Amino acid sequence: MPKKLPGSKDIPPAGVTWKPATEYRTGDWRSKRPIRDEEKCTRCLTCWIFCPDAAISWDGQDIHFDLNYCKGCGICAEECPVNCIEMEDE
Amino acid sequence: MTQETPQWRPRLKDIANQEELFTSGQRLCAGCPAGSMARMAMHALPRPKNTIVSQATGCLEVASTIYPYTAWRVPWMHSLFENAPANASGIEAAYKARKRQGLEDDIPDLLVFSGDGSGFDIGVQAASGAIERRHNFLYIIYDNHAYQNTGIQRSGATPKYAWTTTSEVGKKEPGKLLWKKPIALVYAAHDPAYCATASVYHWRDFMKKVRKGMEVEGPAVIHVLSPCHRNWRYPEEQGMQMAKLAVETCFHPLWEYEGETRKYILSAPSRVFALKPEKKKPVEEWLELQGRFRHLFRPKRRDDLIADFQRLTDEDWAFIQKLSNMG
Ligand SMILES: Cc1ncc(C[n+]2csc(CCOP(=O)(O)OP(=O)(O)O)c2C)c(N)n1
Ligand code: SF4
Ligand code: SF4
Ligand code: SF4
Ligand SMILES: [Mg+2]
Repeated sequence: MPKKLPGSKDIPPAGVTWKPATEYRTGDWRSKRPIRDEEKCTRCLTCWIFCPDAAISWDGQDIHFDLNYCKGCGICAEECPVNCIEMEDE
Repeated sequence: MTQETPQWRPRLKDIANQEELFTSGQRLCAGCPAGSMARMAMHALPRPKNTIVSQATGCLEVASTIYPYTAWRVPWMHSLFENAPANASGIEAAYKARKRQGLEDDIPDLLVFSGDGSGFDIGVQAASGAIERRHNFLYIIYDNHAYQNTGIQRSGATPKYAWTTTSEVGKKEPGKLLWKKPIALVYAAHDPAYCATASVYHWRDFMKKVRKGMEVEGPAVIHVLSPCHRNWRYPEEQGMQMAKLAVETCFHPLWEYEGETRKYILSAPSRVFALKPEKKKPVEEWLELQGRFRHLFRPKRRDDLIADFQRLTDEDWAFIQKLSNMG
């Protein structure tokens, strides 16, 4: 017997979307990855504010790229004031 | 929002510690500036934990709430393309009624997002009514110059001569035949508490405007330019540069309207071009980087069309300079 598909009664009212989008990994869209020169980086956070995907985080000392979500768009590399990000082919 | 109130200035090292309220895992195209725009707006909220978002249909909505996932970490509501400001009105009215009955002690801040299809065309009636009724909300229209989510149809925001799938380029027609609506002036003419234009590249200016629009009592509107590489046809890493050039050519001047003083004020990134007009770039520099305007340059350069685009840009720029006593 095939498993019964969920019916309308199993879906939350008004089609509420309840799961955090972070369960969906957009990182596998990427064909290029950002590589940062840590020596040159001034921790100015320009890349952080512009990243459309919140794939750059700040721990108070340094930035980190989250490749689970980075789509490889290259905006961070383009906007970095000291040009310390290279986009490298996956 | 009087002159005496100290203005909030976003400091990256402070706001980068804040929780992301528009998270990773959304499915906008790679490099879509609408994602950056939404993050900036959410990081500028005065009361992030007491904010409700009402959203019109469009790329930002579709890509952020693909069932069963949501990228929003605040209460968020979508119903139709045409009624996001009406939804916000209803939410506010409901909270007011519950407060009167002693069921709530706080009325949350209300933020509305819509695209240009909604903010320039399909949702104008609902927005106009909500502003007239003086609801307390901020309406952010992110303008990517077309109905992108359904496959690049032209809107009231599409500039003249731009290619879209409903303003084709061919022997008879060179893309769209009409200029774009001066939508922010239309909303400013409603005399809201606050109205402004912004660009996703000028993040500090945009975030300060979001904060003002959220804090001011009464309706506020921000028209923010947010490029789209699928339609505009530029390399996907260039989104911020496209928004920057639109300001540097004065195609998209940045300004504010203050309800309290009924004054138009040019914002710093545009004021420089009023003070030093020689710094203003020819609009052609922006046009030629975009595939949607390719037919103005190839196979034959169309000086007539480029000059017409420049004339329309200059006229709008002169008009806003006059309104803000800078012209
Ligand atoms: C009344 C109505 N007409 C048409 C549609 C189909 N539709 C969904 S999104 C969309 C385009 C939205 O354009 P815009 O507001 O500019 O946002 P964008 O997708 O460009 O970000 C359209 C036409 C709809 N949902 N409702
Ligand atoms: S923009 Fe460049 S310099 Fe600034 S934090 Fe990012 S990588 Fe470092
Ligand atoms: S490449 Fe794009 S998605 Fe990846 S970190 Fe840089 S800006 Fe963010
Ligand atoms: S179609 Fe354009 S506006 Fe829509 S998600 Fe893609 S880049 Fe962004
Ligand atoms: Mg649009």
